Amino acid sequence: MEYVQQLFEQFFGIEWGGALLILTRNLALILLIVLPLLLGVAYLTLAERKIIAYMQIRVGPNRVTFFGIPWLAGWGQPIADAVKAIMKEIIIPSGANKFLFVLAPVLTIAPALAAWAVVPFSPEIVLADINAGLLYILAMTSMGVYGIIIAGWASNSKYAFLGTMRTAAQVVSYELAMGFALVCVLMMSESLNLSDIVKGQQGGSFLNWYLIPLFPMFLVYFISGVAETNRAPFDVAEGESEIVAGFHVEYSGMAFTVFFLAEYSNMILVASLASIMFLGGWLPPIDIIPFTLIPGFIWLLLKIAFLLFCFLWFRATFPRYRYDQIMRLGWKVFIPITLAWIILLGGIMQLPPSFLNLWPLNLWFH
Amino acid sequence: MYINFQNAIFYFFATVLVCSAVGVITARNPVHAALLLVLAFFTSSGLWLLLNAEFLAITLVLVYVGAVMVLFLFVVMMLDVNLDRLREGFWKWFPFGALLALIMAAEISMVIMNEQFSLNKMPTPPLRPVDYSNTKELGRLIYTEYFYAFELAAVILLVAIIAAIALTLRHRVGRKFLDPAQQIAVKKKDRIRVVSMTSETKE
Amino acid sequence: MNFLLPNLSPAYPEIFLLAMGCLVLLTGLVAREKLPNLTYLLTQIALFGCALITFITFTPDAIYTFSDMFVDDVMADTLKMLVYITVSVCLIYSRSYISLRGMLSGEFFSLVLFATLGMLVMISASHFLTLYLGLELLSLSLYAMVALRRDSSIATEAAMKFFILGALASGFLLYGMSMIYGVTGSLNIARISEIIQGGVVNHATLVVGLVFIVAGIGFKLSVAPFHMWAPDVYQGAPTAVVLFISSAPKLAAFGFVMRLLIEGVGGMANDWQGMLIILALMSMAIGNLGAIMQTNIKRMLAYSTISHMGFMLLGIVSANVDGYGSSMFYVVIYVIMTLGTFGIIMLLSHGVYEAEKLDDFKGLNRRNPRYAFITLLLMFSLAGIPPTVGFYAKLSVLQAVMNAGYIWLAVMAVLFSVIGAFYYLRIIKLMYFDEPENDIFISPQRDVELLISTNGLVILLLGIFPQTLMALCIYAIQSSVQS
Repeated sequence: MEYVQQLFEQFFGIEWGGALLILTRNLALILLIVLPLLLGVAYLTLAERKIIAYMQIRVGPNRVTFFGIPWLAGWGQPIADAVKAIMKEIIIPSGANKFLFVLAPVLTIAPALAAWAVVPFSPEIVLADINAGLLYILAMTSMGVYGIIIAGWASNSKYAFLGTMRTAAQVVSYELAMGFALVCVLMMSESLNLSDIVKGQQGGSFLNWYLIPLFPMFLVYFISGVAETNRAPFDVAEGESEIVAGFHVEYSGMAFTVFFLAEYSNMILVASLASIMFLGGWLPPIDIIPFTLIPGFIWLLLKIAFLLFCFLWFRATFPRYRYDQIMRLGWKVFIPITLAWIILLGGIMQLPPSFLNLWPLNLWFH
Repeated sequence: MYINFQNAIFYFFATVLVCSAVGVITARNPVHAALLLVLAFFTSSGLWLLLNAEFLAITLVLVYVGAVMVLFLFVVMMLDVNLDRLREGFWKWFPFGALLALIMAAEISMVIMNEQFSLNKMPTPPLRPVDYSNTKELGRLIYTEYFYAFELAAVILLVAIIAAIALTLRHRVGRKFLDPAQQIAVKKKDRIRVVSMTSETKE
Repeated sequence: MNFLLPNLSPAYPEIFLLAMGCLVLLTGLVAREKLPNLTYLLTQIALFGCALITFITFTPDAIYTFSDMFVDDVMADTLKMLVYITVSVCLIYSRSYISLRGMLSGEFFSLVLFATLGMLVMISASHFLTLYLGLELLSLSLYAMVALRRDSSIATEAAMKFFILGALASGFLLYGMSMIYGVTGSLNIARISEIIQGGVVNHATLVVGLVFIVAGIGFKLSVAPFHMWAPDVYQGAPTAVVLFISSAPKLAAFGFVMRLLIEGVGGMANDWQGMLIILALMSMAIGNLGAIMQTNIKRMLAYSTISHMGFMLLGIVSANVDGYGSSMFYVVIYVIMTLGTFGIIMLLSHGVYEAEKLDDFKGLNRRNPRYAFITLLLMFSLAGIPPTVGFYAKLSVLQAVMNAGYIWLAVMAVLFSVIGAFYYLRIIKLMYFDEPENDIFISPQRDVELLISTNGLVILLLGIFPQTLMALCIYAIQSSVQS
């Protein structure tokens, strides 16, 4: 490492060398996060098709395999899909705004990936351990809607535009509930730093996780997360049966695939944030020997996997919400619940310390 | 002038900011103008990050880019504003407006570019330790020293909500409203009646 | 982390009013059909409760709290009491008017209460931030109230103009404040005054800031050349709302001017005196000349407001305690007169018919001699004819101006007042010498009847015995400007 540093400093001078070294190192780390993530996305699509297939008593993709090995049948499917998407032509509709039309998928996926910068995978592994991590996540996830809005507008298509209008209102509404749910988390942990939030949930067992005291907030957060990612049952933005495919109806080939990638990486992001903020992140459920031997990273992955399974489960189970019902749920149910919970939590936190030391309050307030 | 890494970032952001800000007022299409404004917000938040004001920077993105501008775009896209009609007579009044603007700019620069606001009167603030959190500091100030002003701002927002609802909410008569709770609460016996009949035989 | 609770006791009226505002809002939702008068009663109780609290907690000393953002001194208490009374009278006058137009809702009354809260905040602000926030709270509530009758296109247009020009004015004000902040490094009024009197700061920048502040104040006071919104708003808004806009906020605006110009940048009196003279002269000219051409009584009264506000500024121009006192007296009298005038206009509106033409006053003497006489008193007072109090108010302001050495200004003011007398006297002519266009019986509720008669009587009584009120004004000003 020192050798590389010297090399950089010789090449670019002392001042620029150090900065460029950090830049290069960060780029490498970003690749290290993004590549497995995209692989995860690819196999999440496979998992989705398989799981929903089994729930509907079908088999799902079971043909494409690697090198003809029979027991890998189906595992090559995402790769085949990707190759197919790359080979297809990107059709730009006449009357579309070309620049924005191409920009839209990029704007969708960029925030979805950027938010990963502050996600801690274990106590040591985090790209940017910043103070305002939670705010950063909120800011980045709130940016994601631009891609959809621009896509719908630039397509110059009625269906796409309808999808856009639906999404814009939906995402902005649910962002409020989501933000308020996270306010509860930061009140409990007294920090905006995601690593500190996980550390605040330490204490021996899953009883210390914020899941227990903030259970309604967990539900609100997770459901809002489903709504924010436009997944079923809140997928009115796409609404295959109503407006064909919503905002991306005019997209084809790789441009469409990028939307697809963004949606799935957003799902993974929501699942991992929910695990970090409510399910204790990298912490094992109970601090005893067989569990503590497993690295924290694996625990985090398991929690993420469980929540992602819930995403798929919802899709296979629930019928789509009607649009006014979505708005009603967001504004008239979630926001009052979260506000009431914030007030309740604030009240509890103002109790004298002698009360907070009593069980079970001492599990969470220290 | 020697440009180090930080300066280079600053100039990059500043250039993008100024260009997009100019774009906002010259763009022919209102949607483009709104999107350029988003870009301007985003780059100015980058500038704030350079000043170590991470809370303000992120809040700018969160509030203005994430919420305000989304609603703004929503409205702009729905309204289909015809800017050309709004711009009628622009060139007719341009010389007069430009003259006024020039006079104003000259006056303000005369006032601002004096000793009072020079760099030696505004020393560089001391560097903070790494674990200094300006989120916490802002929170402390808002809830102690500026508590009263903060509460007043909250009341103003409340009035804005009341006003917005009072001005837009219409109680329509005869609309068809479904109560989801009622729909879900339906039991089998409300909808299905099992009738036992004697089996019929073929005659 | 330690948190010291600030001394809340000086702000009890504000806190009570805020709580009652929220209560009224909630009650309005529940009791919309069943008890339509409940919100009205609660609003009156709120105002009465505030008055009681202010009266009980009165002290002659200035108390600062909320890290010196809030001041409770004699001027604040006096103006607050006047605001409570004015708002309460407004509501009594306008109750039947608004209930006939379906506006008797929780929103209307809670907006009134929040606007009142804004006034209280402005009156007892000792910090640029609170000054500005109070102003915004007041203005925002007023914009909404003007637009409340949303199906009327003229009301919507008025609200739009009011909103845009008001926002512009707020922008001016903020820009000016930021200039002064840039120079003095403080937003605290007492501190700013100290620094300016110290005299080490850049004068040019301060003056630029001052220009913007005076322009902002001009908008809010509706003095020329920043008066454009007033006639349209007065004409377009429901009469009850106009009554509210033209009465209590003027008291708050006076408090605002006192806090900002005299307590804040009083050290620059030489600079703002000139600006205010221009504003005052222009408004007296435009107000009085503009009013002559109007056929709509509300529009005419808007121009009348412009000229009266210009006259009021004359007292401030003199830049001494007597001048400020006479200005305060003038504002109080103006508010009493405007309450009566709009009260009468609302009496003349029957059913959903809007009385807003000058012709509606035709032959009022034959329809109801008592109200005609009250109107006569009000018009005499607005024109400044003895023995009504309007005369004394004008006289005291003119005295202050002359004592400050502006003889020519006083002469101009008298000249414009004489021109102004024309359009007030025209109404008297219409009432007493013209045939009535209709003879619908005017049957107000008992409380309105009583109050409006008292209102007329007060005009006369204060005209004969003005000393007590004048002494109160001087005392209020003295004890807060000195401290």
